[in-house]
Amino acid sequence: MSGALILVVGGLVTVGVYLVTSRVLSRIVLGFALLGHAAVVALLAAGGPAGDPPLADRLGDDAASGGEGIANPLPQALSLTAIVISFGLTLFVLALARRQRELHGDDLVEDDLEDRRVAATEHVVDDTETDRFDETDRTDHLDPSVDDPDDGVDVGFERAGTGRSVDAPTDSDTTEAGS
Amino acid sequence: MSSVVGLVVAVPLVASMLALAIRRHGMFRDVLVTSSLASTTGLAIALLLSVRTDGTVVVRVGDWSPELGIVLVADRFAALVLAVAMVTILLVELFAIGQRRTASGADPTVVGPMLLVLTGGVALSVLTGDLFTLFVAFELMLVASYVLLTHQGRRGQVGSGMTYVVINLLASTFFLFGVAFVYAATGTVNFALLAERIPELSSGVRWGIGLWFLVVFGTKAAIFPLFSWLPDSYPTAPTTITAVFAGLLTKIGVYVMIRFHVLTGMDDLGPLMLVIAGFTMVVGVAGALAQDDVKRILSFHIISQIGYMLMGLGLFSVAGVAGAIFFLVHQIPVKTVLFLVGGLIETDRGTSALDRVNGLITRRPIVAAAFGLGALSLAGLPPFSGFVAKFALIDAGIEIDSVAIVVVALVGSVFTLLSMTKIWLGVFWGKPDDDPGLDVTACPPASWSTMMGAMLAMIGVTVAVALLAGPIHDISVDAARELLGGSAYTSLVLEAGR
Repeated sequence: MSGALILVVGGLVTVGVYLVTSRVLSRIVLGFALLGHAAVVALLAAGGPAGDPPLADRLGDDAASGGEGIANPLPQALSLTAIVISFGLTLFVLALARRQRELHGDDLVEDDLEDRRVAATEHVVDDTETDRFDETDRTDHLDPSVDDPDDGVDVGFERAGTGRSVDAPTDSDTTEAGS
Repeated sequence: MSSVVGLVVAVPLVASMLALAIRRHGMFRDVLVTSSLASTTGLAIALLLSVRTDGTVVVRVGDWSPELGIVLVADRFAALVLAVAMVTILLVELFAIGQRRTASGADPTVVGPMLLVLTGGVALSVLTGDLFTLFVAFELMLVASYVLLTHQGRRGQVGSGMTYVVINLLASTFFLFGVAFVYAATGTVNFALLAERIPELSSGVRWGIGLWFLVVFGTKAAIFPLFSWLPDSYPTAPTTITAVFAGLLTKIGVYVMIRFHVLTGMDDLGPLMLVIAGFTMVVGVAGALAQDDVKRILSFHIISQIGYMLMGLGLFSVAGVAGAIFFLVHQIPVKTVLFLVGGLIETDRGTSALDRVNGLITRRPIVAAAFGLGALSLAGLPPFSGFVAKFALIDAGIEIDSVAIVVVALVGSVFTLLSMTKIWLGVFWGKPDDDPGLDVTACPPASWSTMMGAMLAMIGVTVAVALLAGPIHDISVDAARELLGGSAYTSLVLEAGR
């Protein structure tokens, strides 16, 4: 493996991982593009030193000497396949980001509904303990993306005091999703 | 038989293109999708019968040598899993045809063609003889699953679909890196040659490759601690789609894990795998106990059951691997049955939340009976297939004195039964109430009977697995011997067609 290629792979992975850990889906897409490039470069580096184009019978001498001096064709074939696949997937994720934007006005990756419900449930218990429940207290415990009024999280709070949100957000949302 | 191996992959893929072209012509599309799935199933069963008597079939695609080209290898393990998987997909497609006229159904113009792509991907990843084709097959399978999960574009689906897509993309990228590492270390991606060359590597490199692929395949298989994407995404999809995912996708992850790690002789990873297996069983079932929706409970059970398969693999003995293979074969139909029952509940009552549905046993006694059968089989009570599968695993564990994992497995089984009781009490038992608040849309009798028929046929498959437990276990043991005796596989693949 050549040192320069390894450095390139390292740099691409660094930037790619940084972007993938973001919450914005369009950045995640860019991150995956970079990670994909890094993987392809790693694959090429794994194929050994560079050489002449691997075409059959192009250089008569090479065929006689068992292909010395010709670049390894297998990693190139694998890379091409991987590149084509990552093209298609990038487009799909972009389409998904657009749909998320249509539905929410942003393309943030949401917290899981069930996680939010559990977080909300614990919060309700806290409130009954301290016997205090007000509007401002609630929002700063939750993710900004929850603020949507019909999101259902609020329903849990209206039943504060039962210690448990009976009509959970998952309920309304899965019914909607399933119907 | 060699032409059959190619056809199992090619038929669904070609048919998916045709089905996509005529997706607006309902009748033609349905006939095309169902008939191609049926013929693929027939081919897979024929392949199983032939491989069982005559041994492994190896096909060199384009007649390239195995070092350069693609090889398809149908050994006993592949043929067995392939046959069960194809039967499952066919029956789920029949269920989907019934369900789509109801409110909870999926869009048939997308589901038909995409199910065929998924079928092609599953067939290719089961049959492939090299690591890179496996990557392509995984992508094929996953792309179809992304579309199936999000095609309705509803709020919950897009949100959880994003998590699912991002996690799986990351795992795929890691897979590609893994291919590069393996190629750099060994100069090949062919399983047969890897089985020869990886054991010769220094132990550090071997551990690195083994752990790397444990993470890659483990993410697909949803092992502890890489499972959190699964219960978020699976329950949001329409039932038919969840049933296919639950029955197949994670199991294919386990399948390739068994194939890769056993063939390349990663015995050193065994103890680590057993620890992961124990945690997967316990955490999965504990998660299931905390849920209050049928589909979510079942989703956590997928994770828990993956632990049992990993346990068999982690033992790295013939009995252990055979147990894992048998467990895999038993899980595919049982899990699908349970999710189809979940779909029937949802179609009937408009929801699958435990506190909203009551006393279904008087309204739908057959559905209740079907759930009971599936649940008892999942928990591993005799005389169902789950009992044979768990018995084989626990016997294998005792054989090599791994007492801790055996205890964990038994405790996990008890809790499995407990959470199944929770569904039973919540949904089927109690006073039947016609809660006017439920959003129930009338289900046409014709589609109800189609769904029931498909579900009962699926029950038939689970019963068949239980009745044929002897022969299937024999095939599993033979398959485990083939895998563990790595050199036999290598010489078969390299010699064939020469």
